[in-house]
Amino acid sequence: MSDAAHAHDDHGHHAHPTGIMRWLTTTNHKDIGSLYLWFSLIMLFTAGSMALLIRSELFEPGMQLMHPDFFNQLTTMHGLIMIFGVIMPAFTGFANWQVPLMIGAPDMAFPRMNNWSFWLLPVAGIMLLGSFWLPGGAVAGGWTMYPPLFIQGGVSYDLTILAVHIMGLSSIMGSINIITTILNMRAPGLTLMKMPMFVWTWLITAYLLIATMPVLAGAVTMLLTDRNFGTHFFNAAGGGDPVMFQHIFWFFGHPEVYILILPAFGIVSQIIPTFSRKPLFGYASMVYATASIAILSFTVWAHHMFAVGMPVAAQLFFMFSTMLIAVPTGVKVFNWVATMWKGSLTFETPMLFAIAFVCLFTIGGFSGLVLAMAPVDIQLQDTYYVVAHFHYVLVSGALFSIFAGIYYWLPKWTGHMYNETLGKTHFWLSVIGMNIVFFPMHFLGLAGMPRRIPDYALQFTEFNQIATVGAFIFGFSQLIFLVLVLKTIKGGAKASDQVWEGAQGLEWTVPSPAPYHTFETAPVVK
Amino acid sequence: MKSMWQRAGVMGAVWAASQSALADYAYNLQEPASQVAREVFHLHNLIMLVCVGIFIIVFGMMFYSLIKHRKSVGHKAAHFHENTTVEIIWTIIPFIILVGMAYPAAKVVIEMKDTSNPDMTVKITGYQWKWGYDYLNEGVHFYSTLATPREQIDGTAAKDEHYLLEVDDPMVVPVGKRVRLLITANDVIHSWWVPAFGVKQDGIPGFIRDSWFKADKIGTYRGQCAELCGKDHGFMPIVVKVVSEEDYKAWVAKKKGSAQAAAADNTKTFDVKELVERGEKVYQANCAACHQANGTGLPGVFPAMNGSKVATGPIAAHINIVVHGGRPGTAMVGFADRLSDAEIAAVVTYERNAWDNKMGDAAQPADIAAARGGAAVAAAPAAQ
Repeated sequence: MSDAAHAHDDHGHHAHPTGIMRWLTTTNHKDIGSLYLWFSLIMLFTAGSMALLIRSELFEPGMQLMHPDFFNQLTTMHGLIMIFGVIMPAFTGFANWQVPLMIGAPDMAFPRMNNWSFWLLPVAGIMLLGSFWLPGGAVAGGWTMYPPLFIQGGVSYDLTILAVHIMGLSSIMGSINIITTILNMRAPGLTLMKMPMFVWTWLITAYLLIATMPVLAGAVTMLLTDRNFGTHFFNAAGGGDPVMFQHIFWFFGHPEVYILILPAFGIVSQIIPTFSRKPLFGYASMVYATASIAILSFTVWAHHMFAVGMPVAAQLFFMFSTMLIAVPTGVKVFNWVATMWKGSLTFETPMLFAIAFVCLFTIGGFSGLVLAMAPVDIQLQDTYYVVAHFHYVLVSGALFSIFAGIYYWLPKWTGHMYNETLGKTHFWLSVIGMNIVFFPMHFLGLAGMPRRIPDYALQFTEFNQIATVGAFIFGFSQLIFLVLVLKTIKGGAKASDQVWEGAQGLEWTVPSPAPYHTFETAPVVK
Repeated sequence: MKSMWQRAGVMGAVWAASQSALADYAYNLQEPASQVAREVFHLHNLIMLVCVGIFIIVFGMMFYSLIKHRKSVGHKAAHFHENTTVEIIWTIIPFIILVGMAYPAAKVVIEMKDTSNPDMTVKITGYQWKWGYDYLNEGVHFYSTLATPREQIDGTAAKDEHYLLEVDDPMVVPVGKRVRLLITANDVIHSWWVPAFGVKQDGIPGFIRDSWFKADKIGTYRGQCAELCGKDHGFMPIVVKVVSEEDYKAWVAKKKGSAQAAAADNTKTFDVKELVERGEKVYQANCAACHQANGTGLPGVFPAMNGSKVATGPIAAHINIVVHGGRPGTAMVGFADRLSDAEIAAVVTYERNAWDNKMGDAAQPADIAAARGGAAVAAAPAAQ
């Protein structure tokens, strides 16, 4: 295999550019996957620093470090960047690296579009971050961009709308690429129902992206014209309705939540069987559960809006449909536990993160169920309970699955084993820190602390201080991860082709590190 | 398994002890003060119990597996990977549990949404950043603004007990009466939330939504705006005083008396000194949040008052902006419907004579009445 790859490099029909041009012009799925992952890592530290600033201001009551408007800028940008700049690009990075390797394809279906989808992202990132230095500062209206508040802001609000458009374009192109690759470029014999779970979850995610990104684009375009061209889509005085924005936004926003978690399900479904040395339990029901979560996600959007005051019938419909999502999600959790049951378990870092994912994501799922109850949600909507809920789902859910995936496939990508001691240190500090930050937030929300406030009443002090301490533990332990990744790229024990004893799938049949070109002749799957 | 339960028991005892020792650590919803809030409280407890039960069963199994089925203790992997019966069972059981939870929840939703047969109706309007209350039956109208002094927020004075949860003029309602709330907003979306009553309702500019509560017992209940509404979102609390029927009547009478006194002011003429003194108070309550107490504003976001072209330019234009609002789309809304003629005259005069603005001129209530003209109606909230 490596000889074949070598022979191809020697063709020399176009010499590979070197230096920065190599990365700007690359159409190789592995290069582009790495670019996505590096972009995501840089953004993780950027938006993470914002979180630490937020937590510092909230360490005690009173305004100590910043002005309330800057605080709102931080919460808004933290949200936008973590969602569009960290989690989504990281999963797309995994898709680029792994989908071709897992289905036995030589590359993505549209390599040049792939390059374009990535390079749009830094442009959008610069537009978002750069707006901090514009008059009036960055957007401060919340990542949900609700009008009429969002109509009030300065030029950075227009810039943010454009950045969202660009990121949407990038996502749609990436999704078209992934769907086409999966549907057309699978190795002979690899039927749909034999595909690795990670590929399945990304196929479904890509459809969700194509269905919802245009909806978001529509919503923000209407904001743009309301702001600049005198339309009144969301202005009651001109016959519009501010709540209509929320309906359109969450019609995108709820499937978006699953866009952020389905690939995580996929990664974890690869890792748990490997370290249990036992096939994934209920493969078919996993596929059906993923598909039903995706379909149901289009029917639940207004549970984000119970407090806007909907009619009883709507309130009940969205409550019931939201609760229904617990069924397929429960099936997934049961299947993961059943996969571990009577396995032969070992606990390398990817497995540790995967187990933490199952446990802590489920806590986020349970708090989601609590929030699904419309009357309880009336008390908890827009409080720290919601903040706790979505951080359990997105930090110990999406982010932990990303860590798990990196530890799992890094030896295949670099050819070196990572340092297990450093990995485990990173895991334990992260899992402990994460719980210290976010668990007390449940109590804050129950006790009545609203979210997105820069200062708070005295009875909320203790839990806020605990959360801030946890945030610094969690934040600084990510430096261990950075060091570990850099060390693994530079050197370390040689990884075998198989890497993990229990690993199954095509990606483990190629050498470690995976050569620049793989599967130029398609493998046959029996 | 037994030792695990013992350990859980010990942890529970430690938790309970710490709860009683440190009163500030609250672990559940606030103490309810209305029937709806009480039902929500119990509903939440029920769901929590169900969730904790499922969590213990599922993750008890998982941790048992993590301990017993590890390679290091020599466990060999089994090879099963599906079981249709089991999979159907664990799809159906959660479904049944959910139906069991949906039923009581639906009952509470229906009760919450039933705003019929109120004893009284209060219209609540959210502003950046204060609340306006209109007692539609009594004809009482006032604004409710954060009362915590700036020094406490900046940390130059000790914070008192109700820091950030205190207002100058609280909402007052009689105990045991069904109060219907008509909630709207003037500028951006706000959300009126008092946890003890189980009411959280967004105020949406241009629309009126309704909600209701019936307070069980006399007392003071506090809440906050729950929807991000800009810079001072964290600084627009809600205070509701629940009083006896007699106290409520006395309060209404007092409110009506002060409204008459304010109306009488609108026909008077004041000297500059009087206006500046009164205007400073109006400025602190209505303008300082954006334009700042020292008139410097916030560069790039809120214009400065000190040395501004408006405050040192022609007085008619200055009055016009305060009455009818600034450039459309900015946070500067007209105060025609929020302040009386005398208050607007005072604040305009203050802005023209405070800091380095030594204009020496004054606006009189009569000037404001003239400036209102027909446009005052248009500047009123669309929701009326």
